Amino acid sequence: MSKYTEDDLREELETKEYEYGFYTDIESETFAKGLNEDVVRAISKKKNEPKWMTDWRLEAFRVWSKMEEPEWANVSYKKPEFQEIAYYSAPKQKPKLNNIDEVDPDLLATFEKLGISLEEQKRLANVAVDIVVDSVSVATTFKKTLGEKGIIFMPISEAIQEHPELVKKYLGTVVPTSDNFYAALNSAVFSDGSFCYIPKGVRCPMELSTYFRINEGGTGQFERTLVVADKGSFVSYLEGCTAPSRDENQLHAAVVELIALDDAEIKYSTVQNWYPGNNEGKGGVYNFVTKRGLCETNAKISWTQVETGSAITWKYPSCILKGNNSVGEFYSIAVTNNYQQADTGTKMIHLGKNTKSTIISKGISAGKSQNSYRGLVQINSRAENARNFSQCDSLLMGNKCGAHTFPYIEVKNKTAQVEHEATTSKIGEEQLFYCNQRGIDTEKAIALIVNGFSKEVLNKLPMEFAVEAQKLLEISLEGSVG
Amino acid sequence: MYLKSQANSINNMLKIENLKASVDNKSILKGLNLEVNAGEVHAIMGPNGAGKSTLANIIAGKEEYEVNQGTIELNGEDISELAPEERAHIGVFLSFQYPVEIPGVSVTNFIKTAINENRKAKGLEEMPAKNMLKMIREKSELLEIDRKFLSRSLNEGFSGGEKKRNEIFQMAMLEPKLAILDETDSGLDIDALRIVANGVNKLKSKDNAVIVITHYQRLLDYIVPDFVHVLHDGKIVKTGDASLALELEARGYDWIKEEMIS
Repeated sequence: MSKYTEDDLREELETKEYEYGFYTDIESETFAKGLNEDVVRAISKKKNEPKWMTDWRLEAFRVWSKMEEPEWANVSYKKPEFQEIAYYSAPKQKPKLNNIDEVDPDLLATFEKLGISLEEQKRLANVAVDIVVDSVSVATTFKKTLGEKGIIFMPISEAIQEHPELVKKYLGTVVPTSDNFYAALNSAVFSDGSFCYIPKGVRCPMELSTYFRINEGGTGQFERTLVVADKGSFVSYLEGCTAPSRDENQLHAAVVELIALDDAEIKYSTVQNWYPGNNEGKGGVYNFVTKRGLCETNAKISWTQVETGSAITWKYPSCILKGNNSVGEFYSIAVTNNYQQADTGTKMIHLGKNTKSTIISKGISAGKSQNSYRGLVQINSRAENARNFSQCDSLLMGNKCGAHTFPYIEVKNKTAQVEHEATTSKIGEEQLFYCNQRGIDTEKAIALIVNGFSKEVLNKLPMEFAVEAQKLLEISLEGSVG
Repeated sequence: MYLKSQANSINNMLKIENLKASVDNKSILKGLNLEVNAGEVHAIMGPNGAGKSTLANIIAGKEEYEVNQGTIELNGEDISELAPEERAHIGVFLSFQYPVEIPGVSVTNFIKTAINENRKAKGLEEMPAKNMLKMIREKSELLEIDRKFLSRSLNEGFSGGEKKRNEIFQMAMLEPKLAILDETDSGLDIDALRIVANGVNKLKSKDNAVIVITHYQRLLDYIVPDFVHVLHDGKIVKTGDASLALELEARGYDWIKEEMIS
């Protein structure tokens, strides 16, 4: 019978090119490769930064120089040559635009290929988009509407100029420059990113959204995001990214810091679709990200992530539950295919009384990939009545991939309640035949089964993202059953 | 040994000729012939291991069953090379004996996906949500299905009766040309059996056909077959009308075996 066999599927997967693998020909200005104090100073100067910022970067660089790249993660790769990376790249004609029509048409075409055209975004009305292309923002929308509420949402380079007191007060307070190797590197050389401040008692009226992408070959990208929600405020922040197909590995080392003051709430959602490398494991983005949030009294931070891309993912969005009654949440879907490797999870650090955390992690492995969940739940001695619930589910496709779970639990207060549940399952031939019999082909069936498996997390995403995330899950897993 | 179901065999909906099939190199079907016309209900009975479920799975195109010889035609087209979903697209439906669970996928979402995939295969647009909802309402009422049931994950935690009723609900939604009910009566209590049978009867028309695979006469009290076939050792060894099922109920299968020998 000419049944669509596993071999056909595998072959199709192997010949499948990265959907978004194109390259936009925008002229860029790039620094010479390599990193030293002069380069750090030059980046700072290029951005016309005040002295305190330059000093902060230099301090970070000195710390980084003495650090070793960590090796504890369950991933293996050739370490990047840090002196072979260019640390600054910006589109040459940096447009200062009020209107989307003034944006470089090539760039608009790029976004259209991604299915996230600005025109479409604008029509989505409630989404303010701050687009980062190769480290420098080229368009910011809805700034005015936000301004009326006193909300600041701008590239962090501009915030350093316009709101130095806020940036100085909070930058590096959750992820200090010396936190880890990649965070230190980011602190020294970050090019741009987003800054967001929600004033006391303000509920941000729209989802804040940023699309990141790497564009210039051989350029590392070091985004820095800082979100501050003042007392009693609320903000939902969306971050998504896709990267074009490149041969050499690209390093991405971002830092995201969230600060939720008393009674504030931050919802931070990510869809990550960096280039995962080809079917032989060549190329692809190295994604070493430090994301952490701090909750003061009664505050709440929710991380939701859909990770489908990157050759290597090293990422643990975490919450420090410092204030009493504060709440931390982590909802994650991590998909790996071909030779992708992901080591991702979260840390929930309970310091305050009655603090609560929830971890829902869904790992999906296909091809020859390795997918690890790594999580820490730490209940400190003064955290009376702290509670945690963790659930880690793994779904396997085929016989050549791996799913791993590394839960760390440290409890120093006997009033704590910590629960951990884990399951591992496999997409079965019976499930696929059942779907096929109803007229659903195997690819669509996989998408359906995977979406069902991931539903608890997909439901946490804002509407705009949920659709895109489902599409990404389908693309990433096309023809991956075995 | 077998009767032609109707004179105009050119218009057979399903025509199986000399079908020989195996699984894991074990021969299961050994030269099976069957003709089913539109508007007819056929029952296939027989002892355990006779090949009843194999026949159902082979018509539906399950991969691990290998057709070694013979043909399976649907409306004059040889379907034995088609993928299962392609067979579904031209109107083959199998009500599974053991429906699988798909966690996180609601009954509604599943059937919506199935309907739209079938429409896509026919070059049609997706069914408008309004029509879909209307159809779901009608068909769930037909099968006395609680609407809350439709938002549960497919077959997850369903009772035996719920699973079977859900199969028939899907059949009602997909409106197949040829429906094969594989032991749909197993696990049903008498009330559920009546509801399911009633649903099947209402869905019957002159344009579709139903094959009922069962061990017992019980279901055939409600879904009255035009033909009853006895499957034994990979072949249809006897064909009759509804009264044959009653005879089998009363006398078992051994007399047929004896009849074969003599």
